[in-house]
Amino acid sequence: MVETHYASTQFTIYLQRNGVGVLAKSAFMLWLHRFGSLPYFYRVSRPIALALAVPGVLLAAYGVYGGLVNAPVDYQQGDAFRILYIHVPSAWLSLFGYTSMAIAGAVALVWRLKLAEIFVVAAAPVGASFTFLALVTGSIWGKPMWGTWWVWDARLTSELILLFLYLGVIALHNAIESPRSAARACALLSVVGVINVPIIHFSVEWWNTLHQGPTVTRFGRPAMEMAMLWPLLCAALGFTLMFGWLTLWNMRVQLLRRERRSRWVKKVFSDA
Amino acid sequence: MLSVFWAVLRRDLLLAFRQRGVLVHHLLFFVLVVALFPLGTGASPSILVTVSPALIWMSVLLAALLSLQRLFKPDYEDGTLEQYVLSPEPLAVIALAKVLAYWLASGLIFVLASPLLVLLLGVPVGAVPVIMASLLLGTPTLGLVGAIGTALTLSLPRAGLLLSLLIFPLYVPVLIFGAGAMRAAIEGLPAAGALYLLAALLMLGISTAPFAIAAALKISME
Repeated sequence: MVETHYASTQFTIYLQRNGVGVLAKSAFMLWLHRFGSLPYFYRVSRPIALALAVPGVLLAAYGVYGGLVNAPVDYQQGDAFRILYIHVPSAWLSLFGYTSMAIAGAVALVWRLKLAEIFVVAAAPVGASFTFLALVTGSIWGKPMWGTWWVWDARLTSELILLFLYLGVIALHNAIESPRSAARACALLSVVGVINVPIIHFSVEWWNTLHQGPTVTRFGRPAMEMAMLWPLLCAALGFTLMFGWLTLWNMRVQLLRRERRSRWVKKVFSDA
Repeated sequence: MLSVFWAVLRRDLLLAFRQRGVLVHHLLFFVLVVALFPLGTGASPSILVTVSPALIWMSVLLAALLSLQRLFKPDYEDGTLEQYVLSPEPLAVIALAKVLAYWLASGLIFVLASPLLVLLLGVPVGAVPVIMASLLLGTPTLGLVGAIGTALTLSLPRAGLLLSLLIFPLYVPVLIFGAGAMRAAIEGLPAAGALYLLAALLMLGISTAPFAIAAALKISME
């Protein structure tokens, strides 16, 4: 007992003396610190954003075109199912966006990485837009399928609450004047929110099953044919790349606004 | 650590009881919302019983929103909060003590007043213990979660509407299980499941929310 304790203490001391130092000197940390430098990020992010934008737009366009025109007609839903090619990628990105914000938020809180803070702030409007798009397309899809624009179905309700979570982050960012503390507050809020997302989802599901039986029978879910699935995957990947592009671009804008008094930003504008 | 907890709790409770008027305001707000509601829906007992879970829980949520704005504000304005942040004692413990004091001074009143109000709405007497239990388990969670939002909006002069946007989405699980337990009790169904889930949410809140509150306070004080 005493020996193991002694050994573990020795190990901790060793880590403190060498381990952390070695880690800090590792290439990854160097890269991270370099990438974390704001002028460097500003320079590098432009080609990266363009590299995301071009394939993103092409893939999304191909996916949407393939879905709207080429994919075969669904045997149950006719042509109405085609809205899926916009609805599903948007819904996927609404969750992906919030999760990535929360991860960046945790990074921002723990390591005080400025770029992670800016990511949280920049991704919020993009994610909110996709959430809104998912809700609107879902509603339009629901009208011919379910006969109503809105159902208090578990998924719809949690998607709506997710939109409110996004709007909360945006509103908080707008309300706090100091950009640094606004970004850190948003980081914390998104971390708190992401813990709640699964709880909210399961509680809404529980509520719905308790509250009313399935009055709207969902259509059966047949395995998708490749001709239908292929454009959907392309659209999802394309939308994701576009999410990255738009967020990165918004990060650049936020960065300039936040660092407008620094020398390197003034230099960017005097050179331009 | 425990001594700090008790000291903060004692101080806040003492301050709360020096201003007994505010305590009465909480009660009056609750009574007024419930009393005005039948004027809007009509006094048909079947309607009132059906909407009573939503009514009770929504008025609790609104009351929490209104009262939470003052949770850290006085301490923020007179500099006490700065001393809390600077002190070597863990801020999370202080935050937990403050939330507990807040709940004893406001949430507990709802629990104690609820039997009277639900009987006013025509809810069967047999459902009252479950309703009180659901409020007892649910209202502290509202305080814990809401305190995160209040701490984040501390530096803003008027945060009321913003605060509702921040914390109402997070209140959804408590609303669902709290009102669900109440509805089950009114319909004579077993409500234990919902109460257990409320208790689970409370445990999760007690174990994690103080750290988030502490982090939020530090961000707001920067």
